[in-house]
Amino acid sequence: MSIDFSHFDLSAAAFGEPVIELRGVSRAFGTQTVLRDISLTVQRGETLAIIGESGCGKSVMLKIMMKMLEPSRGDVCWFGKSLKQRAELDIHRDRLKFGYLFQSAALFDSMTVLENVAFGLRQNTQMSDAQITQIVHDRLKDVGLPMTAASKKPAELSGGMKKRVGLARALALNPEIVLYDEPTTGLDPIMTDIINELILRTSERQPVTSIVVTHEMSTVRKVADRVVMLYPLSRLQPDEPQIVFDGTAAEAFSTSDPRVSQFVHGQARERLQELAAA
Amino acid sequence: MASVPALKPTNTLVHQLGQTVVEMTVAVGDLALFGAQVVRLILTGLPRRGVMTQTFYEIGVRSIPVVGVTGLFIGMVLAIQAYDQFHFLHMETKLGAAINASLVRELGPTLAAVMLAGRVGSAMAAELGTMRVTEQIDALKALGANPIQYLVVPRFLACFLLIPLLTAIADAIGILGGWMIGSQVLGIDSFYWWLHSKEFIAIYDVQCGLTKSFFFGGAIALVSCYQGFHCGAGAEGVGQASTRSFVWSFIAILVLDFFLGVFQSGLYYVLWPDPISLF
Repeated sequence: MSIDFSHFDLSAAAFGEPVIELRGVSRAFGTQTVLRDISLTVQRGETLAIIGESGCGKSVMLKIMMKMLEPSRGDVCWFGKSLKQRAELDIHRDRLKFGYLFQSAALFDSMTVLENVAFGLRQNTQMSDAQITQIVHDRLKDVGLPMTAASKKPAELSGGMKKRVGLARALALNPEIVLYDEPTTGLDPIMTDIINELILRTSERQPVTSIVVTHEMSTVRKVADRVVMLYPLSRLQPDEPQIVFDGTAAEAFSTSDPRVSQFVHGQARERLQELAAA
Repeated sequence: MASVPALKPTNTLVHQLGQTVVEMTVAVGDLALFGAQVVRLILTGLPRRGVMTQTFYEIGVRSIPVVGVTGLFIGMVLAIQAYDQFHFLHMETKLGAAINASLVRELGPTLAAVMLAGRVGSAMAAELGTMRVTEQIDALKALGANPIQYLVVPRFLACFLLIPLLTAIADAIGILGGWMIGSQVLGIDSFYWWLHSKEFIAIYDVQCGLTKSFFFGGAIALVSCYQGFHCGAGAEGVGQASTRSFVWSFIAILVLDFFLGVFQSGLYYVLWPDPISLF
C-alpha cells in the first residue's frame, strides 16, 4: 500500500516555516532545574540533532516539544500556534502529526509486533483490519523486518529489532514530525548504522521534520542538517544560555568552543583533571 | 555586634507529623481528582470491547479460585470457632444463622475485598508502574490514546462490577463451608441450620454486603491504578507502588466498611423501626 502524502504541504513556502517553537521554556523537577529559559525554533523539513551530556535535559526537552511534559515556565508552539491557547481536542488532533521513537522503544509488552504497530491506526482511524494489516506489513518492510516478526512479542526481539519496531510504530500514521530519543543507544555499530540509514531514508522518502536526541557523533554526521548542544546547568553561570551551540553539523565538528569540540570529539581531559583535583 | 538568632529545628516530631498530614491530604486530593477524571471518561465513552473483555477476564474470572478458597475457609473456621459458645448455650442449631449473617454482611465482603486488593490491586499497580517506568504510558499518549481511558477505565469498571459478583461467590462458598463443618463434622441438624438461617437473614443483609463490595471494588481500582500511574523510577519504585497500593486499599476498605456499616445500620432503623433480634 502506498503512503498517503496528501496531508503534507510540499510547497516551497512550507519548507522552512516553524513547526515547533520553544519560547523561554524552563522545567524543574522538585528543586532541581533541568532546563532554563530555552528558546528554539524547528523549521519544517530540517533534521535537527540535539546533543549534550547525559542529564542535561535533552529527553526532557523532546517530551516538552511533544507535550508529554509540561514546561514549568515558558510556552510551546506547534505550527505557529501557542499550545496554551488551544483546546485539548485540537492538541490531540495535532499530536497525531508527530511520531515518537522512545529510547527504550517502549513497545507494549502484552501485544505482538503487529498489534504494537497497528495501535495508532486502530486508535485513531476507521480503517478495516485488512487495511491496517497491510500498512503494518509495509511499515515493517520499510524498517527491514521480516513479516515473521509480526506475530512475535517484544520480549522475543533483540534491542535493534525493538528499535525498528518502535520506528515502524512511530511512522504508521505518516507523521509530519518524527522525534527520536537516543535511537542508537545500546546498539552495536552495524545496527547503529542501520538505524541511522532508516532515519535518513525516512526523511528523504517521506518529507518529515526530524528531531534526533543523541550522543552518537556518527548519527550527527550522517543525519543532521542542524545541531543544537545543551549544556548541564550545574556547569553554567546563572546568566549563561543553556544552548551553547546552534549550527550545522560541519560547524559543530570544527568549532573552537571547547565545550562543544570536547564533546563532539569525545575528549574528557578537563573533566578528568577536575575529577583528579576533587 | 547583633547576634544572629538560632534557627529553630525543623525536624521535630511535630514538624514530621505536620508534613505527613500535608502529604496525605495532597495525596487524597490527587486521588479524588484522579477518580473524578475516571468517572468523566466513563461517561464520555468506553474503550474498545477487546480491551474491556481482556481486563474483565483477568480481574473477574481468574480471581474466582482465590475468593472461593477465602470464602470456604472463612465459613469453616467460623463454624469451628463459634461452635463451643453455641453448644454451651444449647443453641447449636442457630450457629448457621450466626455464621451466615456475619458472612453476608461483614466477613464475606471485607475479606474477599482484602484478598482481591492483594491479588488484583497489587498486580494492577505493578503492571501500570512497569508501564510508567518503561515509558509505555508515554507511548500511549504519543499514539493518540488517553492512558487513563485506555488503562484505568476498564480496570475500574471490572473491579466495580465484578468484585460484588466475586463477593457473592465467596459468600455462597463460605455458607456451604460453614454448613459442611456444622452438619457433617459437628453433627448439627441441617434442617434447623437452614431454617434459622432463613429466619434471621433478610434480603437487606445480603444487599448491605453486596453494596459495600461496589465501594470496595471502586476503591481498590482507583487506589491501585493511582499508585501505578504515580510510580517512582526503577524496580524499587514499582515494588513500592505495589506495596502502597495494598496498604492504601486495605485502609480504604476498613474506613469504607465502618462508614457504610454506620450508614446501613441507620438506614435499617429508618426502613424498619422495629428491629428483629437475632436470638
